[in-house]
Amino acid sequence: MSEKIVVVLPHPDDEAFGISGTLAKMIAEGAHVTYACLTLGEMGRGLGKPPIANRLTLPHIRKQELIQSCQAIGIQDLRMLGFLDKTIEFEPKEIVDAAIRSIIHEVKPTLVFTFFPGYSVHPDHDATGASVIRVLSELPEDQRPAAWCVGFAHNMVEDNGEPDIEIDISDFLVQKRNSIAAHATQFQVSEMFGNEDIHSDEVKQRFGKERFWSYKFV
Amino acid sequence: MIPIEKSLIQEQIDAWKNTPLYIHLELTMGAYAAHFDSSKHPAANFIRNAVIQYSHGSIEGDGPYRVGLKLEHGWVYTEGLTHAVEDEYGRIVLAGINSEGKLVVALQLSTQPF
Repeated sequence: MSEKIVVVLPHPDDEAFGISGTLAKMIAEGAHVTYACLTLGEMGRGLGKPPIANRLTLPHIRKQELIQSCQAIGIQDLRMLGFLDKTIEFEPKEIVDAAIRSIIHEVKPTLVFTFFPGYSVHPDHDATGASVIRVLSELPEDQRPAAWCVGFAHNMVEDNGEPDIEIDISDFLVQKRNSIAAHATQFQVSEMFGNEDIHSDEVKQRFGKERFWSYKFV
Repeated sequence: MIPIEKSLIQEQIDAWKNTPLYIHLELTMGAYAAHFDSSKHPAANFIRNAVIQYSHGSIEGDGPYRVGLKLEHGWVYTEGLTHAVEDEYGRIVLAGINSEGKLVVALQLSTQPF
């Protein structure tokens, strides 16, 4: 049976660095991906270099960047949940949980991607991950999908050990590069990949693997 | 000023849900930011005695703290709060004080104008 995947992240571009290659690979293997993006990152400071956005246009431009990134990865189902950037932790928990719960109940995923709560640096990341884990914890154990988390706090490895999942995405670097490049207000791709050939050994070494912590439900 | 005690501030925020309040919200890098360091882009703002009303609010973080207030059509957001005033009128008076002891950010709420 092919995977039914739900990805829950707060900002357009959160998918690009840590997850895009894995998603592209799984989609190539037949997976169906629903990506719930909670905000449009409209409070972000990055406007492109040179600026191509302003405070009024940023949400519209980042929405288009998100759509383009999803197309680069091959994501079939993108949901934009309409929360405001930076406010996830202040929303009543029941409101965020309900929005995520309805997608989980509808899609019945076999695998969920999100941020590792408490170890993901940005308060929106932590609040989103915490909500996903609360919603999945409500499910009976035999119906609960695995949750693969991204975490990058300084104490992540110290507290949780090394990531237990490693995906070789070296055949999907083009999709990953194009996902990152889609977010033109946020990243300058040339600064990241240099002018390296995308198929070079160096790029493969630096970007060729994506790692996750599978969440241990108690 | 005293270091913020999170649970007390949360109680104050909860007590003023759905109440018209005067807000003083301020952020400042200081008037001399660029004089001392030309790489700094000096910026500051305040809004004083605008009236707001929130349906839900909370204080988050482990210090410095963040406060978010959900309005009918928007949000109030503040990051970097460290200190509170024990105010005889029961007002919420929060500030972020930097390592030099200077005020960087302030969030104040009251039923009367400041």
